Amino acid sequence: MLQSWLKKNEAECSECMYFKISGRQEKIMIWKYMATVRITRNKSSSRMIDIQVQMSERAVELLALPDDEPHFLLDLGCGSGLSGSVLEDLGHTWVGIDISSAMLDVALEREVEGDLLLGDVGQGLPFRAGMFDGAVSISALQWLCNADKTCHHPAKRLYKFFSSLYACLSRTARAIFQFYPENSDQMELVTSQAMRAGFFGGVVVDYPNSTKAKKFFLVLMCGGAAALPKALGEAEEKEGISYSSKREQLKKMRGKPLKKSREWILEKKERRRRQGKPTRHDTKYSGRKRSGRF
Amino acid sequence: MLTSKCLKGVNVGYPLGIVARDIKVLETEFNSEFVLRIIPKLDWDTLWNAADSIGHSGDLPRTLSDDYENDVEFLKKVHHVLLEVEVINGELVCPESGRKFSISKGIPNMLLNEDEL
Repeated sequence: MLQSWLKKNEAECSECMYFKISGRQEKIMIWKYMATVRITRNKSSSRMIDIQVQMSERAVELLALPDDEPHFLLDLGCGSGLSGSVLEDLGHTWVGIDISSAMLDVALEREVEGDLLLGDVGQGLPFRAGMFDGAVSISALQWLCNADKTCHHPAKRLYKFFSSLYACLSRTARAIFQFYPENSDQMELVTSQAMRAGFFGGVVVDYPNSTKAKKFFLVLMCGGAAALPKALGEAEEKEGISYSSKREQLKKMRGKPLKKSREWILEKKERRRRQGKPTRHDTKYSGRKRSGRF
Repeated sequence: MLTSKCLKGVNVGYPLGIVARDIKVLETEFNSEFVLRIIPKLDWDTLWNAADSIGHSGDLPRTLSDDYENDVEFLKKVHHVLLEVEVINGELVCPESGRKFSISKGIPNMLLNEDEL
């Protein structure tokens, strides 16, 4: 069970997969597994790193920071600091927070430039007000939706997290969370708690038509409502048929013409003829629209 | 920059006292733009006290002068204190509750127990 689960999730989540699983026994197993094998494997698996880096780059793009200025950013659930390296490359200074000391050790090994912090974001963020110009989080938010201990209450933890995050961001800052919601309920829980904490924003779905490339980005804005950024991979969808003609075409495909239309009348007459019932000829007047004066 | 505000019953939780056992000085690239942007966000007295408590205040001025933007020497000093001095082992102490957060390998442990929430 553990093995199959790992295999299933391996492609998507390369980091922070340490607590989710039903039984307690397995939870401990996966933690140990994580601490040893996975970390070494993570470092070498370039595909996973590529996915992480791509997502981080997209997240920074969504942050919509003014160009060519170094910013002070927060990386929530930084793990081994892959997303942080992307921030470094773009010339920003960052602070990372993660719950797993094992992952942070890997980050230290990788010699990332950002400051690291061991902490549980569900307990609130330990930062002064208005410190950060933005926050990113790659594949971490979904862990907050789980109750790993009896005292954990996901909604409360999310609220605590979002409200403390709101406090430590500056007024024009944005927070971008890439996450894997399990279902729509979970997505609603997350967004509703974020709105309660005072954020504006919503979820941007990149490549909505693809199961594999589909990515959920929760875009939260501090300073008033603004239009959500456009998702990637949506353009092709809009080029297709327009909605006005869609209904008729669908009806035709099902084999029955729209009721009271000319085609419908002609088909009805044809059927009567086949049944040998008296029927008038088809003319240019049959099924014709009445003038308004009738 | 860090606060223990998330602790129960702690209102201000700032500044955290620093007890340093091991200090490492790193070399990082100087970026004046970043330092300029960060200074208004800092509480200068706190920074000075923090730097002083770990013995790295050097010749940082106690108060912030008005024309610091053009003083490259000063900016370099701020940069040194902010980004190049790192506490490897030690503790952060909450000024109100006295709760200690240990620092190991340069990573402060801000994990809280359930009863502290």
